[in-house]
Amino acid sequence: MHGREKTKEGSSLVPGCTSMEEKPGQPAPEETPSNAPPGTVGRELFGYVGIEAVLDQMRIKTMKTGFEFNIMVVGQSGLGKSTMVNTLFKSKVSRKPTGPGYEERIPQTMQLQSVTHVIVEKGVKMKLTVTDTPGFGDQINNENCWDPIVKYIKEQYEKYLREEILISRKRKIPDTRVHSCVYFVPPTGHWLRPLDLEFMRRLSKIVNVVPVIAKADTLTLEERAEFKQRIQEDLKAHGINVYPQEDLDDDSDDRLLNKKIRDKIPFAVVGADTEHQVNGKRVLGRRTKWGIIEVENPAHCEFPLLRDLLIRSHLQDLKDVTHNVHYESYRVQRLNESNQLAPSPAAGLLGKHEMESNL
Amino acid sequence: MDKEYVGFATLPNQLHRKSVKKGFDFTLMVAGESGLGKSTLIDSLFLTDLYKDRTLLDAQARIPQTLAIERRAVELEEGGVRVKLTVVDTPGFGDALDNADCWLPIVDYIDQQFEQFFRDESGLNRKNITDGRVHCCLYFLSPFGHGLRPLDVAFLQAVHHKVNIVPVIGRADTLTPREVHALKEKIRQQLEENAISIYQFPDCDSDEDEEFKAQDADLKRSIPFAVVGSSDIVRETKEKAFRGRAYPWGSVEVENPTHCDFLQLRTMLVRTHLHDLKEVTQEVHYENYRARCIQSLTRVGARDRTSRMKLSRQSATELPLLPLAETEKLIREKDEELRRMQEMLQKMQAQMQQSQGEQSDTL
Repeated sequence: MHGREKTKEGSSLVPGCTSMEEKPGQPAPEETPSNAPPGTVGRELFGYVGIEAVLDQMRIKTMKTGFEFNIMVVGQSGLGKSTMVNTLFKSKVSRKPTGPGYEERIPQTMQLQSVTHVIVEKGVKMKLTVTDTPGFGDQINNENCWDPIVKYIKEQYEKYLREEILISRKRKIPDTRVHSCVYFVPPTGHWLRPLDLEFMRRLSKIVNVVPVIAKADTLTLEERAEFKQRIQEDLKAHGINVYPQEDLDDDSDDRLLNKKIRDKIPFAVVGADTEHQVNGKRVLGRRTKWGIIEVENPAHCEFPLLRDLLIRSHLQDLKDVTHNVHYESYRVQRLNESNQLAPSPAAGLLGKHEMESNL
Repeated sequence: MDKEYVGFATLPNQLHRKSVKKGFDFTLMVAGESGLGKSTLIDSLFLTDLYKDRTLLDAQARIPQTLAIERRAVELEEGGVRVKLTVVDTPGFGDALDNADCWLPIVDYIDQQFEQFFRDESGLNRKNITDGRVHCCLYFLSPFGHGLRPLDVAFLQAVHHKVNIVPVIGRADTLTPREVHALKEKIRQQLEENAISIYQFPDCDSDEDEEFKAQDADLKRSIPFAVVGSSDIVRETKEKAFRGRAYPWGSVEVENPTHCDFLQLRTMLVRTHLHDLKEVTQEVHYENYRARCIQSLTRVGARDRTSRMKLSRQSATELPLLPLAETEKLIREKDEELRRMQEMLQKMQAQMQQSQGEQSDTL
């Protein structure tokens, strides 16, 4: 049975710790050793046992199986979503074909397009799925334009749920659930628009939403700071919990780290997939007549922060929160629904008998 | 003694002096989604602070059910020439979730101004007509999209036969030179595809000098103008100060033609084509409106005429032109006034005679 609490991986001398095997796509390359939870006595070892070798075992296993990460990018057309994804993963993983002469047209209705790539770094394989949403917010009437997205996310949860409740289920359930949804806010410098608020309000309840200010090279540093502050106020006023959610902080270390991130949300990003020569180095950037915007320079834009959040420090956390919080609430909701619907095993989606045998 | 010199070559000068004395008025409308730099551009175009005290409303406060139309007026003076500039702003355009028909209030406003002018023009007292008609509409396009968006197309198609449209790409400092070029091409192509007629610069006469012709051709090629606005002064070095926007990677100079098309827009709007914009508004857009108006009214009259055959003589003279009704009223009012004044005069005369009579009595 899977452990359902949000446990910290890493060595811990707590007896009765849940088994570490077969959590889908588990340990990330870097892990933080956790303190023993309060109330348990850590036993002193009087010799080297070799428990810590479990970390190596996990690492080797991960290298073999690889892991999955699903990211969704949402925003009006032209805000640089595809370029941003390419910049994040330093490869052409977006849905757009490369090369000039590519005609971009706003589709009449919104569509969802997923592209999957396997990227490898230092022997670690990652199956990355990028879901793009061309046509979002581009029409004259944008009411309910988030419905297809909500539907898609819930469909992935449903798929996983079905796999999970089978009697004989796969060793590794394919995880197509959206682990993070990056929402691109246009750099108006004013406030969040009704569309932004509505979207984030609805989606932050079912998926990790990471808002970013797109194409931030049109805002000066003061304008950026003002805009961010207004956005933070807006989000708070409307009760929108974006990632990292405040009520999910485990301990004080977490809270400190996440607070630093929360102060900077939304990150002001600029994307680029062409390289230029700056001071003898090749850097990713945009060349204008008045200067070169270096994408990876923290003094120019906050792209490094976004990349660190999504990939280097919080990737595993994103997956954990998706699994333990969002997926769980979906699952509970579904099971409650089918409980009400199906008093007998014959009718309804899940036979009660089947459910009991699984739980 | 010049035999052939009559002297009417001084006519342009006389005209010039008269217009300078009278001053010009110009109404400019700015439209487009919020956050594209409209207000900043207006302030930098005319070197004013019309928008200095503007406070931005939050999302809740900005859900007015109908679009607001705001007017700001400022008197500018330069070299003895006075211009009364009115800027018509459209806050809230395209901001809501459902923007269907959000351009209707704008269309109504433009029509209202035409109607007002129509009435004034057909009225009795034509001396002090204020011309509130919109002479030019600067429509801001987003630099982020891939050209015209559905809302842009809908708005432009609703107003292109009522007002001079000058499309402008706002916040152009987010685009590299190549992107600017590609976007302009795209927009021009889409304008053609959707049969949107924007303001056309008049062609130069063939006898203009080369420099002017080159400038004119350059202007035409730059539509839509990619602009950056700023009222702040950036001081890069002690000697070098300019209007611009300062970024960590460099500063954009607003008045540098290699950075953006601000100079060209200002030249076109103020220095070379101000008068032409007004003329086209008067001769083309207003005339179209007037013709449509009269046509629709006379068509109504025609219907009446056929339906009431008996009263043919009456109805033939019964042109139900709104202004005529107005003028009738005015005439009646004036008559009343005249009569009252005459009465008063008579009374006064009678009084005077009485008092004179009394005086002579006493004397």
